[in-house]
Order: sequence, then C-alpha cells, then structure tokens
Amino acid sequence: MKILVPIKRVIDYAIKIRVDPSKGAHAVQTANVKMSMNPFCEIAVEEAIRIKDANKNKEDEIVAVSIGPKQCSETIRTALAMGADRGIHIETKPDVRGDYIDLQPWGIAKLLKGVVGREENVDLVLLGKQSIDSDCGQTGPLLAGFLNAPQATFASKVTKEDDGSFVVERETDGGTETIKLLPSDGPAVITCDLRLNTPRYPTMPNIMKAKKKPVETISLEDMVKELGLDLDDVLKPHNQVVEVYEPPPRKEGEFVGSVDELVAKLKEKGVIG
Amino acid sequence: MHRLSRLTKPCQRAFRPLWIADPVASPAIHSSKQSSTQYSSASPEIIDDHHDMQRPPVTTFTEDEEMVRDAARLWANDVLKPVVREMDNDSKTNPEIIQGLFENGFMGMEIPDEFDGSGMNFTSAVLVVEELSRVDPSVSIMVDIHNTLTNNAVRFWGSDALKSKWLPRLATDCVSSFALSEAGSGTDAFAMKTTATPSPDGSYYTLNGEKLWISNSREAGVFLVFANANPSLKHKGITAFMVDANSEGVHVGKPEKKLGLRASSTCPVVFDNVKVDAADVLGEVGLGYKYCINILNEGRIGIAAQQIGVSCVLCIVLLIMESYLTFYHRHYKIAKGCFDIAMPYLNDRKSFGTKLADFQGMEHQYAQIATEIHAAEVMTYNACRMKENGLPFVKEASMVKLFASQVAEKAASKSIEWLGGVGFTQDLLAEKFFRDCKVGSIYEGTSNIQLQTIAKRIKDEYQ
Repeated sequence: MKILVPIKRVIDYAIKIRVDPSKGAHAVQTANVKMSMNPFCEIAVEEAIRIKDANKNKEDEIVAVSIGPKQCSETIRTALAMGADRGIHIETKPDVRGDYIDLQPWGIAKLLKGVVGREENVDLVLLGKQSIDSDCGQTGPLLAGFLNAPQATFASKVTKEDDGSFVVERETDGGTETIKLLPSDGPAVITCDLRLNTPRYPTMPNIMKAKKKPVETISLEDMVKELGLDLDDVLKPHNQVVEVYEPPPRKEGEFVGSVDELVAKLKEKGVIG
Repeated sequence: MHRLSRLTKPCQRAFRPLWIADPVASPAIHSSKQSSTQYSSASPEIIDDHHDMQRPPVTTFTEDEEMVRDAARLWANDVLKPVVREMDNDSKTNPEIIQGLFENGFMGMEIPDEFDGSGMNFTSAVLVVEELSRVDPSVSIMVDIHNTLTNNAVRFWGSDALKSKWLPRLATDCVSSFALSEAGSGTDAFAMKTTATPSPDGSYYTLNGEKLWISNSREAGVFLVFANANPSLKHKGITAFMVDANSEGVHVGKPEKKLGLRASSTCPVVFDNVKVDAADVLGEVGLGYKYCINILNEGRIGIAAQQIGVSCVLCIVLLIMESYLTFYHRHYKIAKGCFDIAMPYLNDRKSFGTKLADFQGMEHQYAQIATEIHAAEVMTYNACRMKENGLPFVKEASMVKLFASQVAEKAASKSIEWLGGVGFTQDLLAEKFFRDCKVGSIYEGTSNIQLQTIAKRIKDEYQ
C-alpha cells in the first residue's frame, strides 16, 4: 500500500500574525517568523502512519510531498521524524508565497495529480482539510476532481477495509455521516479534520533516524517539465488578494449587576425589542 | 485535551482569544491583547537562511538541533506544563512524566543508536535540558544528571560489556543517580567514607557507606556509586561502580524537604554490605576520582542551561543557551522561564494609565536582566561548541555555571518584584522558579569552587 501525504509549511499556529496593510497582498509578515507544518497536515501524516501500522505490511510506504522554498525540507524532515518513509520536495524560488498569493490550490492540485501518476500505485492521498494561512480548503477536492477519485472531506475517522475501500466518518452539523469510498483504478482522496487523531510528538531517536530517510529534491520548473505541464498554467492565479487587514480589536465586555440591567442593556442595543 | 484544540473552525479563527496563542505564558495570566507571544515561539535565532552562514553565531543551530529543540518544547508545554504545580506541591515526579521522558528519547540523548539511544550531539542534549528547564527545572535536573553524568560516564569509561549491559537500559527504562556526596564530603568529595572491599579472589566488591543528597534516588534503577576500594591510597583508591538499585543492602531513605526542585527526589542512600560484581566497575579501579572530576565539568554546562531556563521566566529573552548542558544549562533556562512569565504581564498591566513595561524605571530593569541572560546564553552555547570541538573547556564551564546561576537568581528575584503581589503567590510559577534556582550556586560545584577553578586557570595562563 502506498499513501501520499502532501504537507504544507505555514506560519506556526501559535504565532501572533503581524499584518502590514500597506504591503497589499504581502501584508502578512513571514520574515523571521517561526514556520511549522500545517496542523491539519500533521493530522494527515499521523493518520497515514496509523493506517500503515494497522495494515501490518512492511512493504507499505508513506510518501510526504511538499511544494515550497528550500526550508520545506525541514517540514518534510518532521514528517519523516513522525514516521513517513520518504519525501519529495518540489522546490520553488525563495520568494514564492504559498498563502494564496503565488502558488494557489489549482496549481498545487495539478502538480499533485502529476506526482500521483509519477509515483504509480498510490492507494490513498491524505491531506489536511485546509491550511491555516489561506484557509482555502480547495486542494483536496480539486485534486480529487483532477484524478476523478472517490473523495471524502473533513474525515473524523478513517478505516481501511480489506477490499481496498475506505470507510470514512465525517462530522456534519446534522450529525455523524459514514460513507464508503469504493475501490477504484486510482487513489482515494481524503481530507482530515481536527478530531481525526492527535499527532504524535517526533521522538529524539526518530528525529535522528529521519536524516537517513531519502528525500528527493526537484525544482518546480523541472517537475513541471517532467510532468508535461505548463508552468504558466500551474502558476496562473485564479484569485487575487484584494486587501489584507487585521480584524478590529475585540472590545471589552461590560459587567451587569442583575438580569433587569441585562435586559435593559440588550434593549438599548436593539438586540431585543 | 487535543493539543491542536486551540484551533477553532475557520470562520471563528480570526476572533480566537489571542492569549491562547502563546504556549509559554502562564495560564493564570489572561490578556485580551497578546503582546509578546511572538517572542515565545519566534526565537531571534530562527533566521531562514542561517544554515548558509559562514562562521555563524553560537546562537544559531543546525536543522537537527532546531527540530530537537522544537520537539522538546512542544512536549514540555503540552504534557509537562499542566502538571508542574501539582508535582511541586506533592514533591513527586509523576510516573507518566518519567515514562514520557523515556518514550520521547530524552533519557538517552547522547547514547548511540546501536544501544537504543537517540544518538544526538551534546548541544542537542543541552537544548532539550533548556526547554525542559523553561517549564520545570525539577524534571530537567533528572534528565540532566542522567544524561550528562551517568550516561556519559558509562559511554566514556565503561568496558564494552558494561556498555552493552547498561546503556540500553539507561536509554529506555532505567533512571540513574550519581552517588558521590556524603554527609561529611560535598566539595571535599575525596574525603568520602564509603568503602568497597574487594573479595579475596577479586570477583566482587562489598560496598559499605551512606551517600547523601542523591538526586533521582527514589526513581533510580541504578546508582553510579563512588566508593574507595583502597583507603590507604587515599583518593587514588576511589572507584566508580554501577550498582543495581534492587541489590540487596541498598536502602533509599526519606526524601529531603527542600526549598526548591521539590519534585526531584533528594534522598540519603545507604549501602549495607552491598555486593557488586567486578564487571560492574566503571573503568579502572582507583581512577574514580578522575572520572568524577571530568564528568562534573560537563555537568556544569547543563546546570548553566538550567539556570538560564529559569531566568527566561523572568526575561523576555527567550531561550538562553543552555549550553552548560547539565546544570548550567538548567540554570540559564530557569532565568528565561521567569522572563516568559513576567514580560507578558508587564505589557498588559497598567498603573496610572500606563503599561508597566513602558515606565522607564521598568525598562531599565528588564533591559539589564535581558542583557545578562543573553550573555549567559552566549557563554553557555559557546562552551557547548568548545566541548564538541574537543577544545579545553574547564575554565569556560566554570564561568558559565557561576554566571548563569547568578543571573538566574537575580532574574527570578526581579521577576517577582515586577509581577507585584501576584508574583508572590502560587498563582504564577515565578515563585517556584525563584525557589528552584537558589540551589544553582550550590550543587555541582559551589560558586566558591567555581571562582577558585577559574582563578587557578587564569593564574596558570599568566605564568
């Protein structure tokens, strides 16, 4: 079994984002800011490892793939330290921004479709449901569309059946939905939601061992050429960032002394009639 | 709690309370405005292309070292932090925490892969100690002693058989203690009274004596014991033994009730006719005194790191280098731990309409402390690199331990002042760091000893 896990390097989720609205589309500051693997991608890597462990086949392979500048190799190393077997780094120029500016989901999905074909025999593509910088949530569904693949989004539980199908539970507003992705010629595509699992901490020995796991580095241009794609098509923006600004600061609340006071205040603010 | 549960649904993320974003801020401080979270995670040393620098600053690290540090920080904040206060109150380290230390590979950091260790370098180990110190110096000292004293002694001087026997256990499930001090011998270690009488055929030794102030003793599965196998040779009879804690005649006494590092067990250990196989002698008989001097030099770096960690609490300066792996490192980290608590508070709390952090009197104070922490940091990391490169580092190790423990004490004390009344309470961890760091000038070589070591080296340099 081969599982492909695309992972994205984003600003660390714990960092306070600094915004400079005068910089237009590049308002979010990334210089000298700590970057990490997108948390939903971590969940996807963790799920891939769990599926592999449950399958109990030493030949199974988890391939982590990331598209971005040189530092993405660190993100791939983290996936390897968690338990992925090998990595593919499609290296872009340093100033290429993945958060909805230069590399957009359309291009990423096109590239990933190519990687699936290049890898051959991929059974499953596991992605995070969205990245925490652009929050598009499009890459998984676009990829499934390009691949004509059975897909399930926002998975909160994934089980691989012996016949090659995947049973996926999804949390919806109406309750939990269970669907089955039937076996097909190509891989199934599943995007992972928050409560799917708790990603493991990379242990010290695994971080050291990750150094020895193979990582293929190939430039974006070379990969595009190899896949027979058109670089302009891959990089073509389908969306344009119009404006970036910080949300208005949250105002302090007021304390009220009694229910009557609360009702009076609500009436004052026109919340109740 | 899922460690990523702080992430809410996308449409709400823009409004998530910003204070949750800081993994290091004390839970007791709630600020509607998040001011210095940037610092906790975005270390000044993370610069995108520093891997390409020629002769980079000692405050920069390799990709491996950064990954190790980040992993340690994550675990320390998610798993260790919630139980720090409870462990301090109960004066006990939770078994789950110890298990976590082994599972994450923190206990066999420099032990090679073939012995089930993590196979890391000295600086990586120091960084782990630093990150742990920043959250709980009591836990970091367990890790520090185990790695830099016992594990390294076995690695450096153990026979192949001894290494095969003990290293895998030390890396995976067996906590160790360094049993050197006695009631009558601390600084004057060679005055020890514990004896190791060889059997007539030399196949085993019988240990008799009582050690005091032994850290990790309650949890230890093995003791690295220093005993004199030939008192007539004075200190040249001192020999190091690996003694299984389950051996008949080994009695661990009641833990001392301490001012700080309370979760770390510090007990007397009695050896009553304990038989130790000759194969469990570490290195050569009679060279124990040399081993303990050597290994304590390294330990110094760790303590410095620990102290810096404590200071961090006080200082905004994030991580201070914990290069002095063992103790030094811890102390340096203690400093940072305090800074991490104080600074967000100063940026939030107002008096007479002005943020405390904006009063010039405050600015001068925390700038001074931050500077001293940074100096301790740089010294510590530099000493780490000197050791790694095989350069003599004894003088520097002493300097770092001396300085880092001084900085930590000052930083911890100042932090509490800056925090005001709440700093004096147990609502915040600042008071714990203040208590934890005091021992920095005492253990692993008192400050007076450090001064003498440094003075001797300087004198010799100028002969």
